[in-house]
Amino acid sequence: MEAGTAAAPQYIRRESAPARAWSWLREHGINIYAGLAIAYLLIPIAVIIFFSFNNPAGRYNFTWVGFTLDHWRNAFGISELNDALFTSLRLALFATLISTAIGTLMALALVRYQFFGRRSANFLIVIPMATPEIVMGAALLSFFLIINTPPLGFSTLLIAHVMFCISFVVVVVRSRLIGFDRSLEEAAQDLGANPFQTFFRVTLPLILPGIVAAALLAFALSIDDFVVSNFNSGTTVTFPLYIFGAAQRGIPVEVNVIATMLFAVTLVAMGLTVLQQRRAERLASVRPQQEGE
Amino acid sequence: MTARRRVIPYFLLTPGAAWLIVFFVVPMYYMARLSLNTGTLETGFTFNWEWSNYKDALSLYDQPFLRSFYYAGVATVIALAIGYPLAYAIAFKGGKWKNAMLFAVVAPFFTTYLIRTYAWQTILSDQSPVVDVLKALGLASSGHVLATGSAVIAGITYNFLPFMVLPIYASLERVDESLIEAAKDLYASSRSAFVKVTLPLSAPGIVAGTLLTFIPAAGDYVNAFFLGGANNKMIGNVIQGLYLTQRDYPAAAALSFVLMALIMVAVFIYIRFAGSEALMGEEAVGA
Repeated sequence: MEAGTAAAPQYIRRESAPARAWSWLREHGINIYAGLAIAYLLIPIAVIIFFSFNNPAGRYNFTWVGFTLDHWRNAFGISELNDALFTSLRLALFATLISTAIGTLMALALVRYQFFGRRSANFLIVIPMATPEIVMGAALLSFFLIINTPPLGFSTLLIAHVMFCISFVVVVVRSRLIGFDRSLEEAAQDLGANPFQTFFRVTLPLILPGIVAAALLAFALSIDDFVVSNFNSGTTVTFPLYIFGAAQRGIPVEVNVIATMLFAVTLVAMGLTVLQQRRAERLASVRPQQEGE
Repeated sequence: MTARRRVIPYFLLTPGAAWLIVFFVVPMYYMARLSLNTGTLETGFTFNWEWSNYKDALSLYDQPFLRSFYYAGVATVIALAIGYPLAYAIAFKGGKWKNAMLFAVVAPFFTTYLIRTYAWQTILSDQSPVVDVLKALGLASSGHVLATGSAVIAGITYNFLPFMVLPIYASLERVDESLIEAAKDLYASSRSAFVKVTLPLSAPGIVAGTLLTFIPAAGDYVNAFFLGGANNKMIGNVIQGLYLTQRDYPAAAALSFVLMALIMVAVFIYIRFAGSEALMGEEAVGA
């Protein structure tokens, strides 16, 4: 290419090599930096997956010894780990259902209505998100210790998880509600729908993506929680609590295997949600054009 | 009809607000009371305005306190140094890679927090090639990285980096690029366009990101547990130990309150900075 035009290469050659390197770096430096930052974010995940195939010599899975699939075959062979995982899943499921339901109602109240105490309600929602988890966990434990009921265990964990999930559900559903076209509801009511029909046939389907996103976030927060659970679990063991307990005596490789599985499941769930949302957006984008015709 | 409309929001609000009041606000009051108790687990605790719990807690545990704020502060600065350029690259240079890059930022959340920290234990263990490299560069003179303050800071930085990147990305994404072009048309250099236009417009994201990183980092004890040694205990480790092992509830409650108070100060400064609605907005995008 360059050989064809005689003058151009001569002109380029006049810039010194360091100057060219400098301008190239100025152009691409930020991308290289971002690439390194992304590598930093992803390397630990790679390490977890990589070491799920390790065959460690001792109790500690820190040094690469050799490749084996034994721990993948034995993934569900440690009964305490299975119990912990099952407890976590059950807890996350209940916490998600409760926090999504009451959080959605709160979001509706805050977006749809002007009322006395709205600012205080907003404040009540922001404060738990701005509180360090350890303070939340410690306060709740103090409360349970003093009122002495219910006994620390699954029920106290559920109370705690719903508590810290609510705010996040409200924030996510709220952001979906803010961009909501109220004329659709008015149209439904003009066509004779009562408030309940309007809500279940029009409002709910339209804000459903927001509710699903909020539920997924609540589930992720609950299943991942360690600090608040650590304080309020009593003798109940969740998946993160199992890892914490096992850390002293060496975390079994099966934990890496299950973490890899959870990662893969989340990846698939995330992919499906994105696809679903793209489809919903495509469908939504068709509507105005039809109206215009 | 209007009277009915007036009570509807309260109906919608009640279950959630009640949950937050009973299981968040009221427990704070109980913890405050507990922090002014005297006694031990054997003799029982009694409430008698024992303010000395606060004095004792601070004089006994001033070191872990300072360490917590130091580690959290350093980690926040490093996270900003890594996170801002990354967010900038995603917002302005991402192109077709934008979604993939955003995905990479949230990918760590797909693994459990404890597992991520445990992965760093593997990466920084004495046998790890990373540590060999650091040794060769003369950065790990003692031969260890694990069980040092640097390891704890590295872990905290890693674990809270997405909380830094996402709000900054959100505010950069909202920057109207025609403003930057206008600055350049008015003969601003790339650098001064950045300093005078882009940077101020992304300030809310920086404030949100630094708080979302600093607040959880200051109360964290998982990183210090997995990556630190006996000399790297943070205030979270102390509170956890006092509550769950030594069962010195009054001292633990007092410490939690001091931590809470210091963090509240930071949040109020923030709300003055950007307004509570802005905080909610950033949170929504971060989520």
